[in-house]
Amino acid sequence: MDFLNALVALSNFVLIPAIAYGSQLALGALGVTLIYGILRFSNFAHGDTMAFGAMIAVLVTWWFQSMGIGLGPLPTALLALPVAIAGCMLLVLLTDRLVYRFYREQKAKPVILVIVSMGVMFIMNGLVRFIIGPGDQRFSDGERFLISAREFKQMTGLREGLAIKTSQGLTVVVAVIAVALLFWFLNRTRTGKSMRAYSDNEDLALLSGINPERVVMYTWLIVAALATVAGVLYGLDKSFKPFVYFQLLLPIFASAIVGGLGNPLGAIAGGFVIAFSEVTITYAWKKVLKYLLPENLEPSGLVQLLSTDYKFAVSFMILLIVLLFKPTGLFKGKSV
Amino acid sequence: MKKLLMATAAVALTAGTAFAGGHAKEVKLGIIFGFTGPIESLTPPMAAAAELAMKEATESGMLLDAATVTPVRADSTCVDASAATAAAERLITSDKVNGIVGADCSGVTGAILSNVAVANGMVMISPSATSPALSTAEDNGLFFRTAPSDARQGVVMTEVLMEMGIQEVALTYTNNDYGKGLADSFQSAFEGAGGSVTISAAHEDGKADYSAEVGALAAAGGDLLVVAGYLDQGGSGVVRASIDSGAFDTFHFPDGMYGALLEENFGSEIDGSTGQVPGTDSPGAASMRAMGEANGFDGTSSFVGESYDAAALIMLAMQAANSKDPADYKGKIMDVANAPGEKIYPGELGKALEIIKNGGDVDYVGATAVELIGPGESAGNYRQYKIDGGKITTVKYR
Repeated sequence: MDFLNALVALSNFVLIPAIAYGSQLALGALGVTLIYGILRFSNFAHGDTMAFGAMIAVLVTWWFQSMGIGLGPLPTALLALPVAIAGCMLLVLLTDRLVYRFYREQKAKPVILVIVSMGVMFIMNGLVRFIIGPGDQRFSDGERFLISAREFKQMTGLREGLAIKTSQGLTVVVAVIAVALLFWFLNRTRTGKSMRAYSDNEDLALLSGINPERVVMYTWLIVAALATVAGVLYGLDKSFKPFVYFQLLLPIFASAIVGGLGNPLGAIAGGFVIAFSEVTITYAWKKVLKYLLPENLEPSGLVQLLSTDYKFAVSFMILLIVLLFKPTGLFKGKSV
Repeated sequence: MKKLLMATAAVALTAGTAFAGGHAKEVKLGIIFGFTGPIESLTPPMAAAAELAMKEATESGMLLDAATVTPVRADSTCVDASAATAAAERLITSDKVNGIVGADCSGVTGAILSNVAVANGMVMISPSATSPALSTAEDNGLFFRTAPSDARQGVVMTEVLMEMGIQEVALTYTNNDYGKGLADSFQSAFEGAGGSVTISAAHEDGKADYSAEVGALAAAGGDLLVVAGYLDQGGSGVVRASIDSGAFDTFHFPDGMYGALLEENFGSEIDGSTGQVPGTDSPGAASMRAMGEANGFDGTSSFVGESYDAAALIMLAMQAANSKDPADYKGKIMDVANAPGEKIYPGELGKALEIIKNGGDVDYVGATAVELIGPGESAGNYRQYKIDGGKITTVKYR
């Protein structure tokens, strides 16, 4: 019984939140890694691209809600997702046309593109705040829980409750679908193969007749879709606030770099590594240990390695360790 | 020789003002609030209320020798201590005010008090500085406030929880001076009363996700969770994450968490939770609201009643000392604010001035049921509420 209680407490506060957070990070990191692999620069505007996509989803959701359109137990935001993805695609294609293409034709060095992407980041940041404001926006609806803590306790008779939010379940399901689609696209379709070829060796790909502008366009479209999905899922699970997406940039980059920049599989693994380390290192283990250890060994303190204030520091530390000892990341990516 | 001359001149000057103190036709009061800065939306009605009290005293013709009270406004900026100090310096040296209503925010109030008021022997009554640190500041008996110290709220909170039989709580606070000060004062009061605080953890405002913070709070456990945060900031996030993960389902809310959003966001999910917020059922609050309406400002806005009371106390003390010199009337402020004497509500300043003139005693109640305790600060009145069926219901006033 004690063991089960410990397991449930652990799932409730560590496993489930970390899996949902990891899926969101993985989707974000996939976008960053694709841009790095194919366009060869670190896109600092990625967090704000997510915010922009999520913002459209919020606006469309509100519109649907006002018309009484909904999905029953599922959040209306899922219906708004295609519209949001289309809007976000439009925005990134526009920025590519107006900004990045100029530097691509100049054959600008990656470091210049990084600085350019920071400029784009600030513009998008301002755009989102201008349209929807800097505050918190609520747009989740439908059933809040798959299992609520109280129901679980009644069902099982355990002392600990287990809550699974609809948004957490949804995050994992949508992330799995998105990743499966992405890998199918990259490995099985002609366009996907030409993208990988372009990423592996640009000159060789150009010689074999691959149209670079087409590859770039498809990359942006995929990145916009991934960013919007990640942004909406994060907003549903937590809350929508422009500044939060800006802060998300650090763990997303950490995930992409830990996994190996340019390697999609690495981005996913990196997302989960970062999410699990952030959550486990800042979790107070007292409750779990109390169930597991014999009475005389019970901890009196909280058994918390780092206070939750230092959550972001964990990503920094992992980033530093990986860059020092394995610069190409866990999976073989490009060195930074 | 030079020094002697200066000293003589200084003595002559102070003597001069002292002589001038008793019989003057004009009284000037400084109002130093943050008319620009983070609380600029709160200060206009506060200043209007203080000026209303001065107008009332002037029109009664009872203050000193039918003196006219003129307000002089200055900007404290709420956050910039050097700007506030300069503004206060100007009030005293160039406008030659006889008392100061203000300042507003705790930080600038402390700066003006130590740099200007104490050095010049000027009386200050702040309507809104709540930092516990001001209770022990060196003030030579010159500083008063009509707002309660946050330390007082910690004690009130302890009483509320103890009466409900709660012995063990988890505590989280917003990571700033307000949250930390309140959390510390609550923790020491609660532990002093025999309760125990299992964890006191800060949370940052403006984050999307508080599940990690709640995880730590849940591990520590407790009968309920005390959230010393802001309703439209991290406080709500912590409450939401606690309910979602089943960590806590009852809470206790200090003043920063009070608001209509509580019903809107959580409703009956937090049934059984409790809280307290500054408030009084004294008839003064109602008449303040009516006077505000008649004079074109919102009498229910934060610290408006306190501002009226601050200005009124200075003038009543002047009357009691029969002098507008701070050195003379500073000792009278506690007398006019507290019992014994006739109870005085807003709008009755003329009557109060007359009673004092005829040698009587007044007990100023004002808009906020003023009762000055300890080093000259309001005892504070709180409304204790409970969430019942998704609605905020008043339990009692204390």
